[in-house]
Amino acid sequence: MRRWLPPALVLAALIGLWQVAASSGLLASVLGLEDFLVPSPAEIASSLWENRSLLAENAWVTLQEIVLGFLCGLAAGLGFALLLRLSGLLRRATYPLMVASQAVPILVIAPVLVVWFGYGIGPKLAVVALVCFFPIAVATADGLRSVDPETTKMMRTLDASRRQLLWRVEAPTSLPFAFSGARIAVAFAPIAAVFGEWVGADSGLGHLILQDNAQLETARVFAAATVLAVIAIALYGLLAFAERRIVTWR
Amino acid sequence: MRQDTKMPAEAKEFATAGASPANAAAPGAAVSIRGLGHSYDELAAIEGLDLEVPARGVLGLVGPSGCGKSTLLELVSGLQEPSAGEVEVGGALDPAERLARCAFMPQRDMLLPWLAAVDNAALALRNRGVRRGPARKEVERLFERFGLAGFERSRPAELSGGMRQRVAFLRTLVSGKPVLALDEPFASLDAITRAEMQGWLAGALAADPRTVILVTHDVEEALYLSDRVAVLSARPGRVVEELSAPAPRAADRDAAVTDPTFVAVRERAMEALHRGSR
Repeated sequence: MRRWLPPALVLAALIGLWQVAASSGLLASVLGLEDFLVPSPAEIASSLWENRSLLAENAWVTLQEIVLGFLCGLAAGLGFALLLRLSGLLRRATYPLMVASQAVPILVIAPVLVVWFGYGIGPKLAVVALVCFFPIAVATADGLRSVDPETTKMMRTLDASRRQLLWRVEAPTSLPFAFSGARIAVAFAPIAAVFGEWVGADSGLGHLILQDNAQLETARVFAAATVLAVIAIALYGLLAFAERRIVTWR
Repeated sequence: MRQDTKMPAEAKEFATAGASPANAAAPGAAVSIRGLGHSYDELAAIEGLDLEVPARGVLGLVGPSGCGKSTLLELVSGLQEPSAGEVEVGGALDPAERLARCAFMPQRDMLLPWLAAVDNAALALRNRGVRRGPARKEVERLFERFGLAGFERSRPAELSGGMRQRVAFLRTLVSGKPVLALDEPFASLDAITRAEMQGWLAGALAADPRTVILVTHDVEEALYLSDRVAVLSARPGRVVEELSAPAPRAADRDAAVTDPTFVAVRERAMEALHRGSR
């Protein structure tokens, strides 16, 4: 209660300020714009309500892209991290590239993915999965290597095979690392999904935002953005909840 | 506080525990170290070591920091291969066979934080393919004798330092291996708990004797727990002096360590330690 009260107050104050500035026309005149281009929070709220079924339809499309793409990226990231742990050669050959690839704005290859995977959900999944893959793979690979060498020695004298060492010690040790990679991934996944839709889509919140922006439906742009923010925060919260339930020893 | 120092009186109970399948297969194995030397890059950690430990005997190793004591344990256990000389454990020179005969207890307890105490103690059984249920049952029977009753399902974070160390030792013992390599097992404990744990370990070894190589920086601990104590020099580690302990693992620890003979041997060991540190 005490913890979320201050940020909630700040948020409420910002929204209140925005409401006053927008409804009085002050914000529009400062920006040199027509009034209807600068919606107030109240107008956004009513747009949310009026367009609820349209927003829900498109949110469902985007949510699927985010969740499925994230799960693909998660599976691939964890799998690849395990491969790296088991093959020193693969690790030496690809790990530096993986770390470097995190600096590459993967989103910019989204247009190419549309060319390759077509117009449907495919390219969006590919963009989201790709964005999610790298942080998860790098963090998990680091985690698998972070086992204390004394623990490894102890396990070896207790007759642990390579596989037992991996599953009994290295995998649990890497879990908190995998989760912090997943947190980065889940924060970027909605951006990736929207970007994928901007390149080419006939539905989804990103598609809706692009269309409404062109038609100067600013209130609905903000309404769609609000829905997207709620989705992103909910997914982040869900992941944090899962981490607390799974990594109980920290 | 538990009277761990009284454990030797419970030797009979331990003997029953020793008959369990977990440690039934603990035949004696002598350790023989001949002309052992080991270097990391150009740096010689140990040099020309000759040491003998009879089956079910306890050898204490004391020496200044960085004299290669921990390296020696790894060489004996087959975790590393020496650059010179040889180690024989229960008649085997091959590192894989040495590994099969030795259980290593690291300096810190290295309990896996996500496993309950009982599952940590049962690791060796689980690695050997015993299912979780039977492995737990097997190990839980030993918890009472180890002063851990009621803490079977506790996570390591919920245990005191002394209890964690006992779980770690139980884990080592349950492996059923004839040779135990203990690397400063009580270094992380406070003085009172350490004294208690020494008495407790003495009782545990009386009931279930194994060949033990005990590395410690505590001369008193080495002399109380071991049959013989080798004092090593600063790097490269060499044997400065080998001493016989006057009353190995005597039932009354406090009386044993204040006995004039014990004190005299301790003085000699300290003197050798100083000589080797120069």
